[in-house]
Amino acid sequence: MELHVAVKKRFKAFELDVEFTVTNDRVGVFGASGSGKSTLVSLIAGLDSPDSGVIRLDGETLHDGRGSMPPEQRRIGIIFQQSHLFPHLNVRHNLQYGYKRCAAENRRIDFDSLVEVMGLGNLLERGVNRLSGGEKQRVAIGRALLSSPRLLLMDEPLSALDDTLRFQIISYLKTACATFGIPYLFISHSLLEMRLMTDQVLDVSFGRVQGYTSVEALARSRMGHSPVGYINVLTLGAPRRINGICAYAWGGTELFISGGSDQPKALFELSSKDIILIGLHPGAISARNLLECTVMGTFQAGGKVGVELACGSERLIAEIVPEAARELEVTVGSRLFAAIKASAFRRLG
Amino acid sequence: MTTLDPAEYAAIGLSLKVAATATLLSLPFAFAVAYLMTFRQFRGRFVLDVIVNLPLTLPPVVIGYLLLVLLGRQGFIGRHILQPLGISLIFTWKAAVIATAVVGFPLMVRSIRIGMESVDQRLVQAARTLGASWFDTMLTVVAPLSLRGVIAGSALMFARGLGEFGATIIVAGNIPGVTRTIPLAIYDYAASPDGDGMARVLCLVSVIISVVILLLHEYLSRRMDRSE
Repeated sequence: MELHVAVKKRFKAFELDVEFTVTNDRVGVFGASGSGKSTLVSLIAGLDSPDSGVIRLDGETLHDGRGSMPPEQRRIGIIFQQSHLFPHLNVRHNLQYGYKRCAAENRRIDFDSLVEVMGLGNLLERGVNRLSGGEKQRVAIGRALLSSPRLLLMDEPLSALDDTLRFQIISYLKTACATFGIPYLFISHSLLEMRLMTDQVLDVSFGRVQGYTSVEALARSRMGHSPVGYINVLTLGAPRRINGICAYAWGGTELFISGGSDQPKALFELSSKDIILIGLHPGAISARNLLECTVMGTFQAGGKVGVELACGSERLIAEIVPEAARELEVTVGSRLFAAIKASAFRRLG
Repeated sequence: MTTLDPAEYAAIGLSLKVAATATLLSLPFAFAVAYLMTFRQFRGRFVLDVIVNLPLTLPPVVIGYLLLVLLGRQGFIGRHILQPLGISLIFTWKAAVIATAVVGFPLMVRSIRIGMESVDQRLVQAARTLGASWFDTMLTVVAPLSLRGVIAGSALMFARGLGEFGATIIVAGNIPGVTRTIPLAIYDYAASPDGDGMARVLCLVSVIISVVILLLHEYLSRRMDRSE
């Protein structure tokens, strides 16, 4: 996917003025609310027209000074914050709305396989008013995918959902987009969602593109300013239960986590602030996890030092103040112990 | 009890025919105008609003007279459009249809607008991005979701059309069997010394038709409630 956007649009108290080209298939648009993200979505989809500028997708001009391609010809799907299902149609007919209108030679997604991937099999004949919030959003995602879009725009698709549902939907989204090879632009104000859904991120604020970086670089640069620090995301599976604590295989050793789950696969977050670095082995310690790590690199962010640790094949980011870094003599290749309490991990889904 | 003779049957039949034709004829136009007023911002919106609603406040006789001036042999539309096409409207049942349509039009537009205002714009946008053209979206999303307003507007206009008197008598006249609808017939009977009985029977017929329309409207609304 190659998307080139160079547009201007003025509103009463706000101006959107952006220029960027993205080629990655999993791109994030990150910014606070009111930064112009949703306007950008409308312009790319053709639901609104810029005052001036050019929009091109895979070499085809969608908008320029001479004209604008109507939204139904752009083959760009949207998933909104709310599901916006057609209330007069049941689930099956909602799903088929875009599918039927897609020319046969452009159809890339088979109805039955999508229904299976999104787990919609037993909902097909149901009226959309009798679906739960998560089910509605799954149908909305399925409906957009079945129109076989060249590009899928997701405008805060998870913000109306609670945490448990959010991560469940993320896994559906990732699986479906990967299975059917649909490139997407994922719009959100949540850095964690960005981390889970995208590779490259456009940082948008005040109607301007502030930067285009990898999602990892964005997360690191935000570490010092964020009250929660850098969030390490860990996908763990197949735990053993020992005295109410779950032990997960990780990085050649085991992580002990209270509040784990017996699910075969679970997602956890761990703040960089909850990792204590120790120079020598302390003997006995109340923290249940004491990991021997190698320093792979350091970076500065907002007056803090981020330390990238390698533990077996896994990576963790810990956050310390510069003085601590000096005292611990943190340099690339130095060996340290990382102490983490079993309760510091938070399960996401 | 006086029984109905063929002339009265003709009046009842004509009334139903005029009201139904006017309603069906107005439907696409009223839908389009309601759409413009609900979803589009454009220059002259206010002017359109005034023109559409004018028949609601003008005396029907004035509307009839204006139509006569416009559509008659010497009128602008009559002379430049209708005559070259060999169409003569004045004093035919078609004139009654036009009079009824104009008088009932604002009622229908208002009802459809109320229905359309409840349609979420995001649904329209979703339909467009799913590959539906503007017209397709109108038919498959906006129309079914404003169906309640369309039904209410049609019922209202049909009922209003059955009672149309002032505009009709001016553009279509009061020709028995040709343009004499129920209200015109009642007017005739009420004015003649021995027509009292007939007038009452026709009044009763009007009441029955109106009740049937209201019941039908109620039934359709309830059915829609249940299907939601």
